[in-house]
Amino acid sequence: MSETSASSTVLTGAEIFVRSLQAEGVDLVFGYPGGAVLHIYDALYKQSQVSHVLVRHEQGGIHAAEGYAKSSDKPGVALVTSGPGATNAVTGIADAYMDSVPLVVFTGQVPTSMIGNDAFQEVDTVGITRPCVKHNFLVKDVKDLATTIKKAFYIATTGRPGPVVVDIPKDVTADSCEFEYPESIHMRSYNPKTRGHTGQIRRAIDLILSAKQPMIYTGGGVILGKGSEALTEFTRKLGYPITNTLMGLGAYPASDEQFVGMLGMHGTYEANMGMHHADVLIAIGARFDDRVTGNIEKFCPHAKIVHVDVDPASISKNVKVDVPIVGEVEPVLRELIRALDENGGQPDADALKAWWDQIREWRGQDCLKYDRDSELIKPQFVVQKFWELTGGDAFVTSDVGQHQMWAAQFYGFDKPNRWINSGGLGTMGVGLPFAMGVQLAHPDATVGCITGEASIQMCMQELSTCYQYQLPLKILNLNNRYMGMVRQWQEFFYQGRYAMSYMDALPDFVKLAEAYGHVGIQVDKPGDVEGALKEALAQKDRLVFLDFITDQSENVYPMIPAGAGQNEMILV
Amino acid sequence: MRHIISVLLENESGALSRVAGLFSARGYNIESLTVAPTDDPTLSRMTIVTSGSDEIVEQITKQLNKLVDVIKLLDLTSYPHIEREMAMVKVRVDEAGDREEVKRLADIFRGRIIDVTHKTYVIEITGEGSKLDAFLQALEPFPVQEVVRSGVMGIARGDVALQV
Repeated sequence: MSETSASSTVLTGAEIFVRSLQAEGVDLVFGYPGGAVLHIYDALYKQSQVSHVLVRHEQGGIHAAEGYAKSSDKPGVALVTSGPGATNAVTGIADAYMDSVPLVVFTGQVPTSMIGNDAFQEVDTVGITRPCVKHNFLVKDVKDLATTIKKAFYIATTGRPGPVVVDIPKDVTADSCEFEYPESIHMRSYNPKTRGHTGQIRRAIDLILSAKQPMIYTGGGVILGKGSEALTEFTRKLGYPITNTLMGLGAYPASDEQFVGMLGMHGTYEANMGMHHADVLIAIGARFDDRVTGNIEKFCPHAKIVHVDVDPASISKNVKVDVPIVGEVEPVLRELIRALDENGGQPDADALKAWWDQIREWRGQDCLKYDRDSELIKPQFVVQKFWELTGGDAFVTSDVGQHQMWAAQFYGFDKPNRWINSGGLGTMGVGLPFAMGVQLAHPDATVGCITGEASIQMCMQELSTCYQYQLPLKILNLNNRYMGMVRQWQEFFYQGRYAMSYMDALPDFVKLAEAYGHVGIQVDKPGDVEGALKEALAQKDRLVFLDFITDQSENVYPMIPAGAGQNEMILV
Repeated sequence: MRHIISVLLENESGALSRVAGLFSARGYNIESLTVAPTDDPTLSRMTIVTSGSDEIVEQITKQLNKLVDVIKLLDLTSYPHIEREMAMVKVRVDEAGDREEVKRLADIFRGRIIDVTHKTYVIEITGEGSKLDAFLQALEPFPVQEVVRSGVMGIARGDVALQV
């Protein structure tokens, strides 16, 4: 194991596993040991280059790896055992698949001779994960292990990123062979496209410059494709309004005048009205998700659409587009900027001025207003204060529900990779493990987890991991004693029949935090919010669990109800 | 509209289930699906008969292309092409006169009798799906015991070729 030269050496599968990870530059693996991966854990134990973070549940491990990947430019790596280890990982893998997170997940498997015999802790991991991975492998021969790991990292991180599962039977980790890690890999069946089609780029520019009421709509693809800088340059050059999806927040600075807020079900009035009335829509790294489009029949009725995406299957899937450009967001944006310069044309200044006047009028609705004089803590206020006190520069994770929407609406992200949430799968419980991964990738950064009392209980056990690795997270629990989003829908659409949405028998979160070795603070008055947040931020080396007792009746506004168009929002 | 999609994919375990899983997960129709290795043993060739609007078939081809094991595909319906299907039909022929009548029908459809007992025939017949349907319809008066159909295979006419 001490050998570092590239010359070939006979190693066991477990040693090959570790050496391959080292060769990939992996510094951190999130995992949980078990019978099928004991050889691998033994090999990890004997070296120091790859560290291992012991989570308390495999689901948390995958989410932590996601948080690590989403906030950095490296893939997340996780290691779990066979059977229940693999099935516990499935939620995280599906979450990563929906949000295109580059992950490589290694699962142990029973020995090859026992596969198919219903052995102890056996499941068909490749079969179970097939519909929710970018690709998966079962390694049946130790001679294939190094190449398979190389392929796994290559597939996970290129094109449209995604999770790749590598299932390794125990005997493969014990067998040995010559080890040589491939320098590069070529796969005849997998060649993701990088650059856009030149003709299409020119057509796009012609259409973009012809616009009277343009809208730029960008998604998580800009962040994944590291296209934020190019997007900002492109948008400023044009002077067009820009909106981001939930997954795309931070790709364009929220504090900029041209930013009209998030769009979609709980997006701003100005963003959704702008979309509805747009004559040219420039969609970049976004996938026309149903939470964005509302009723697809009523979506952008007047717009010609340019769509840039690395995944051809995302183009014209939900909405037929006029100018498709398949390619990576960053190089395509650079090509668009170049083509714009070469074209020499300018946007129609008069039309654009009239368009901005209209947008400012919509903005005047102040659609995110809430009661600032309430005697109860308004959840929006907590998020806004946190944004103020952190200078808008923290990493923020969230769980799923009302608090997630408030975090998205009220924490203005000026930088990419700062906002880490579960958009596609909508997985409650991700917030805490996401934050662990983020903090481990950025040890000195302020990492906030905006959550609710229902979501946080879904991966609560990870508070123990946080203590073991001394992760000084700031947890903002917006505690309204309800599954807030469920309650909101029951209020709006089920005549207030609050079936099973009340969170009864809640734990004492302060004592719970303390039991795990952390600091717990409960806040129940608006006047104490700022002080508590300051105190939490001052405790640089401790995890602080802030339990905010918030207004139970608060709803997320504005809202496009199911089946409605983007111009049919419910306002406060 | 009905489409015949030919797919070249890595001949690896699990590749078939990726394709079948894609169709069931996304709710696409499969009328038939055939698969076998090609002259290159590392490659399998699959023929899928499906139906759907142009938008759906476009999605089907894109989603198939997205599968890592898929190397190349061709929607044969966009080109002049030949399609063939084979069926084997077991018919009871122990009633008086049935042996001659079934033999005559098989001849008309250019089928061949490939197994004979004193009670049964097995008839092999090849052609487009509609021809097989017509043959089976013609056999309706007789006690057909078993029908096995191969599913459709197809190839483009002339220069168009699906190859690596």
